[in-house]
Amino acid sequence: MAMYAMMVLIRRFELRMTEIFAARIRAGDFPGALHSSEGQEAIAVGVCNALEQGDYVFSTYRGHGHALARGLDLKRIVAELNGKATGVSGGYGGSMHLYAADLHFMGGNGIVGGGLPLALGTAYASVKRGDGRVTVAFFGDGGASIGLFHESVNMAAVKKWPVLYVCENNQYAATTHVSKNCPLENIADRSKAYGIPGIVVDGNDVMTILDVTAEAAERARRGSGPTLIECKTYRHRAHCMVIPEHRPNQERQAWGQRDPIERFGELLTERGIADEAMLAQVRDAQDRKLADAVRFMEESPAPNPALLEEVLFA
Amino acid sequence: MRKLKLIQALNEAIREAMSDSDDVVCFGEDMGDYGGVWALSKGLQKQFGEQRVFDTPLAEAAIVGTAVGAAMAGLRPVIELMYIDFSTIAMDTLINQMAKARFMSGGQFSMPVTIVAPCGAGTCEASQHSQSLEAWFLNSPGIKVAMPSTVYDCKGLLAAAIAEDNPVMVLWHKGMYDVSEELPEGRWTVPLGSAAVRRVGTQVTVVSYSLMARRVLEVAEKLSGEIDLEVIDLRSLNPIDERTIIESVRKTGKLLVVHESPVRCGVGADVVRRVVEQAMSALTSPPRVLGGRDVPIPFAKSLESACIPQADDIERTLRHMV
Repeated sequence: MAMYAMMVLIRRFELRMTEIFAARIRAGDFPGALHSSEGQEAIAVGVCNALEQGDYVFSTYRGHGHALARGLDLKRIVAELNGKATGVSGGYGGSMHLYAADLHFMGGNGIVGGGLPLALGTAYASVKRGDGRVTVAFFGDGGASIGLFHESVNMAAVKKWPVLYVCENNQYAATTHVSKNCPLENIADRSKAYGIPGIVVDGNDVMTILDVTAEAAERARRGSGPTLIECKTYRHRAHCMVIPEHRPNQERQAWGQRDPIERFGELLTERGIADEAMLAQVRDAQDRKLADAVRFMEESPAPNPALLEEVLFA
Repeated sequence: MRKLKLIQALNEAIREAMSDSDDVVCFGEDMGDYGGVWALSKGLQKQFGEQRVFDTPLAEAAIVGTAVGAAMAGLRPVIELMYIDFSTIAMDTLINQMAKARFMSGGQFSMPVTIVAPCGAGTCEASQHSQSLEAWFLNSPGIKVAMPSTVYDCKGLLAAAIAEDNPVMVLWHKGMYDVSEELPEGRWTVPLGSAAVRRVGTQVTVVSYSLMARRVLEVAEKLSGEIDLEVIDLRSLNPIDERTIIESVRKTGKLLVVHESPVRCGVGADVVRRVVEQAMSALTSPPRVLGGRDVPIPFAKSLESACIPQADDIERTLRHMV
């Protein structure tokens, strides 16, 4: 039920932030880019729930869901997206750069695949210290085409470093279909080139993602090296707010039938864990939390430019 | 006292830092049992083990990325780029990741990464193994840059760099590979941001760094008795010791900056701006900058020499100025 509640929180969060950003744009403000992860909630929640405290997570520019699922404070995420001093990154990062050092949430990244090479470093640190931690590096189907994807997976494989490469294949790199980015049926098949396991999962099935991640994490903790997990999914919205929707209606409708939250709700109902009234209660509770967070953001001050140089260097 | 070559001094600084702290680690291409193509990590794997000193695949961007992630997890990596020219391959991890992670996180992470790399021309290796790229990194807020001109400073600046909680690039000039110096026993640091006045004089302030600072000193000795030069070796370019430069120009009224990297948008331009803004009234003639010609470094010796300031060029310019 906690996983369901988190998926709902991510969905409601993305909807509410889209509304706030749209209102700000209408008011002549330019609030920055917003990359909604609506439709991809099962991946953030399934992966993060399979991790231990202390494991490292490198997120992406579509990383609000990862941050929420990893336990970053909702109020402070809302504040960060809106450039407030109380934000998780003090207003220095914004939507694409959510960080929480204490939770080992190692940041989103404005560079496609930018976190992939950094994940090598935390994984190496874990091996050196023998602390048994694993590192998750999220990336997308677009990120799987950059050179650093190959450099990073190769190095982790050579070294047997504990990295879980989680590809959120939402079918489109901005507006370019995955078939134009990858000649293979599955991005996970690239694992063969590096001699590591590659697994394709239904990215809208939170329980399968949880199980697959837990197994890969266990393998990594044992010292058996990285795993490439490809989660096939679909984002509900266009790449970001400034790019108009371009994907075929039929395709969008087909994926709409496979909504991860509806499917998980049905599963919980079938198994007698929840009923419709309980699920509705969860939605209401999350909306109340969100309203509190928006109020917190509105009451928060803007960051102080006097501290800029102090933040740059230790 | 004992005599040490440049690389031995750098190696000693890493060895001492690794002895002091288990968090200091060292890796890169050929850095494991081979000890680095320049011998930077010679003997370190044997002393500190494969977990702390190791070879990586040939992948500069991933090497820098590993260092960045390891630093974010609390380690203090010292890595080598075999030539500064190869930094182009790692630019995203250097500029968008290493230089910015602390800043973008609102100061949550430290970034104690030290990058050691050789730079400079004079070895007939053509334009992809001969560059001086410091201006790029000075133009990327979040990275400190040191370029020593003595073996003593090589060790002291590298020790200071490893102790820093910020990214520092220590760039040594290949033309100094065989330089050796009498050095004291034991440990020392040279603070980043402190220039050295190598020669006290009254007529012209000559600001330089790295191999060019050595060349300027030779010219100064040759001209002594004729032109009395004050020679400032910057040692570190970010932070830069602005005060020492301004004070000297207020005394001499003349400024020449000499470096190997291209003059356009380079350190010389930056130093001249600072002087013009803060000591214009002290200047008795226009400040000058001698630097690399606005072409890639060519291969043939005759071409290569024509592209970087030679002792004759420095002397001619100085005679013209006084």
